Amino acid sequence: MSAKENILNAIAQNQPELIPLPAIDLDSVIDYEDLYAQFKLVLEGIGGKVELISGLAELQEELKADKESGSFVVNAIGALGDVDNHVVSLSASELEKLEKAYVEGTIGVAENGAVWIYESQMINRLVPFICQHLVLVIEKKNIVPTLHHAYEIIEAGREGFGAFIAGPSKTADIEQSLVIGAHGARSARIYVVE
Amino acid sequence: MAAKHAELAEKFIADEPRTDWHDETLWFVRSKRDKAAHGLPEWEQLREWGSQIKNHTLSNLSNYLKEFEENAIANGIKIHWAADGDEHNKIIHDIIRKHNIKKIVKSKSMLTEECHLNEYLQHNGIEVVDTDLGERIVQFRKEPPSHIVLPAIHLKKEDVSATFHEHLQTEKGNNDPQYLTEAARQHLRNKFVESDLAITGVNFAIAETGGFVVCTNEGNADMGAHTAPVHIACMGFEKLIPKAEHLSVFLRLLARSATGQPITTYSSHFHRPRPGQEMHIVIVDNGRSRQLGREDFRNSLKCIRCAACFNTCPVYRRSGGHSYHTAVAGPIGSILNPNLDMKANADLPFASTLCGSCSNVCPVKINIHEQLWKWRQVISEEGYAATSKKVAMEGMSFVLSNPKLYRFAGKMGRGVMKLFPFMVNNKLNVWFKQREMPEPPKESFRDWYLKNGKFKK
Amino acid sequence: MKIALFIPCYIDQFYPNVGIATLQLLEKLGCDVTFPLEQTCCGQPMANSGFASLSKGCDANFVKNFSGFDYIVAPSGSCVLHVKEHLHDDKNPNEALQIRNTVYELTEFLTDILKIKNLNASFPYKVGLHNSCHGQRGLNLSSMSERMLPEFSKAEELLKMVRGIELRRPERNDECCGFGGTFCVFEEAVSVKMGKDRISQHEANDVDYITGGDTSCLMHLEGILKRQESKVKIIHIAEILNSLL
Repeated sequence: MSAKENILNAIAQNQPELIPLPAIDLDSVIDYEDLYAQFKLVLEGIGGKVELISGLAELQEELKADKESGSFVVNAIGALGDVDNHVVSLSASELEKLEKAYVEGTIGVAENGAVWIYESQMINRLVPFICQHLVLVIEKKNIVPTLHHAYEIIEAGREGFGAFIAGPSKTADIEQSLVIGAHGARSARIYVVE
Repeated sequence: MAAKHAELAEKFIADEPRTDWHDETLWFVRSKRDKAAHGLPEWEQLREWGSQIKNHTLSNLSNYLKEFEENAIANGIKIHWAADGDEHNKIIHDIIRKHNIKKIVKSKSMLTEECHLNEYLQHNGIEVVDTDLGERIVQFRKEPPSHIVLPAIHLKKEDVSATFHEHLQTEKGNNDPQYLTEAARQHLRNKFVESDLAITGVNFAIAETGGFVVCTNEGNADMGAHTAPVHIACMGFEKLIPKAEHLSVFLRLLARSATGQPITTYSSHFHRPRPGQEMHIVIVDNGRSRQLGREDFRNSLKCIRCAACFNTCPVYRRSGGHSYHTAVAGPIGSILNPNLDMKANADLPFASTLCGSCSNVCPVKINIHEQLWKWRQVISEEGYAATSKKVAMEGMSFVLSNPKLYRFAGKMGRGVMKLFPFMVNNKLNVWFKQREMPEPPKESFRDWYLKNGKFKK
Repeated sequence: MKIALFIPCYIDQFYPNVGIATLQLLEKLGCDVTFPLEQTCCGQPMANSGFASLSKGCDANFVKNFSGFDYIVAPSGSCVLHVKEHLHDDKNPNEALQIRNTVYELTEFLTDILKIKNLNASFPYKVGLHNSCHGQRGLNLSSMSERMLPEFSKAEELLKMVRGIELRRPERNDECCGFGGTFCVFEEAVSVKMGKDRISQHEANDVDYITGGDTSCLMHLEGILKRQESKVKIIHIAEILNSLL
């Protein structure tokens, strides 16, 4: 018998009598009066910068200036400008020099400042992690209270990869001193479009 | 014979200021957890949901595992099954050989610690670079991690600075955490970019979709997984949860319990390898199916490895993770490890006062302190208690079952203490090392009661 | 209401004053109290050391002594918890069950059964309360800082009825003292370190006394205090509640 069969048999023999799943009552989880305010509060508490904008004009300008200056920048947001689809096939060493990435998220979560991003929104999975600075854009109407609400909207397995990203990378592994900027992005700016 | 918790803890405590620092640092993490938990009025309800989902999963585990494998394979992931740590290591070694892999990066996986993967590969001439900052630090120092979430919590920044000066040529005496972290970032960035293989752990595996989630603050799991042509994710089979929607419960509980954050920076959901990449999952038993069959201890398998129990444990804070001489220390380790090797870990369930705080902070309501008590019974029954202890206990039982003998022994004991205090107040009496003995009263309560209290037959 | 007084073995032998205070307190509150004369020990020391199988003799003796009462009251949270969770007697299962259902620690008996609202007691000192773990977490004698539930404390409720008392909470209000039964000798270094830390938190509040509901914890703390030649004294909560009654 294979290891798989042995293990599954042992489990089937040893597992207890079936116990039902609990009912998750969404009415009993926390809600926030102002979802954007909570989202901003939490995200800024974990090193992110959050700004409410009425339109994308300023960001379009920033992207244009980045491209003109020759800085290695990737744009994944169609509404901001040309999308850099070619980066899907770039290698890790080519992407290593990535300075900034403009990425659109699907939803934001007020309780924890996280933004859900599908792989297709990243172009290349490495983009939001390997860039030095991350710029995320979401719509204000897509901020939900908690992860329970988030998982009702997103389909975790729809694409090969997806991630919640909450602010810039960080670590407190050295004597519990918080350092922003570990292996992922050193900074994260999140723009919420009204 | 390998040193046991009591001796190792004594060595740790000998440096009292450092023990105080370790204790306060971990208490600080516990208080951050408290603050985060207070922020959710539904906290206790969330724990109950987490507990019940896990209870349900364990009762239907064989079906969920089959469902998980089927869905993962349909998504292009290769699934391997390992009966024990040795098989797990061999499977990974085979993949390494097949692809002629030279450069390996690994993000935090307590399972690979449990299986001693790094040692095994090193023995076979293969180096693995641990990329979690805390793990890299202890890897340089050739030490095991002392905490499953904060691997280097036992080290001060001066220690890290010295280690980095030696291995990364950072400035001698520069203890600034920002400076040191930047040095690690640069050093590890190259490793990521050049990696042939990324090994990660699995925080949660989803039966419904065949995918898995890896949570980090540093982004090191992703930096490896999205650069390397081969990604191997290692999981104990109990990491399974039924549906993607259940992630909401566990992700809400995990980071708050572990470090007091509402969520880790990255919660990465893997379902398919990226084009051109090979993705593997190694599902490991290593004693878990045996634990599943132990009615009193099976729900220790609910553990989501948050370490809240470590941070709240007054014994752990004052003895440090290395005193537990296992991959997973702390209270949860003390109920998991006797199942792996009862003889080697017979001391662990006794490294506790049974205060019960661990059970209260556990996000999935494992009754840790009750299991500690039950393991003590099993260990004695299996014959792993010291003979001297067994003899003493039998003597105690005999005396305490017999009222006249109990009263006689008590009177004699008090008499000796009063008339010949040196017989008790000496080096052989462990109590007496750092504490005065209680004053022996001239009469027992019962003696007083017979003279002064009303009594009825 | 017939009440049996359960006096833990180490109180009987080393701290009879705690037993005396408990008896006097209950009688002055109008209780009809009997002390079963052949009681010995609840068996906890063996059970917590992994030898629950050896406590059958103690269990049988306990059932013999404590059957036939309306309530059993003891000035000890850990002994009461042990009896509630582990008392069994194959020969007398019903009596054992009855005892498990009617055994009370002193403070919970006063607040929950006698429902005391005031006490004629006086203790004009600065006092730190040590929350013994088994009573607190096992018997739910008070809320605990790691759980997100409404705050309450049966011991504090009673102590606040005492004239002149000044209660001062230590920074970590519910950390274990480190006694832990045989832990106190088998893991002596950790045990004493935990005790010392408890004490320094109370000393930071400049208390005159440290009190609590479990003499085991108090005995351990007192041993350290005396070795340190501290001016802080130890007193069981029964003795405070019984003062000047």
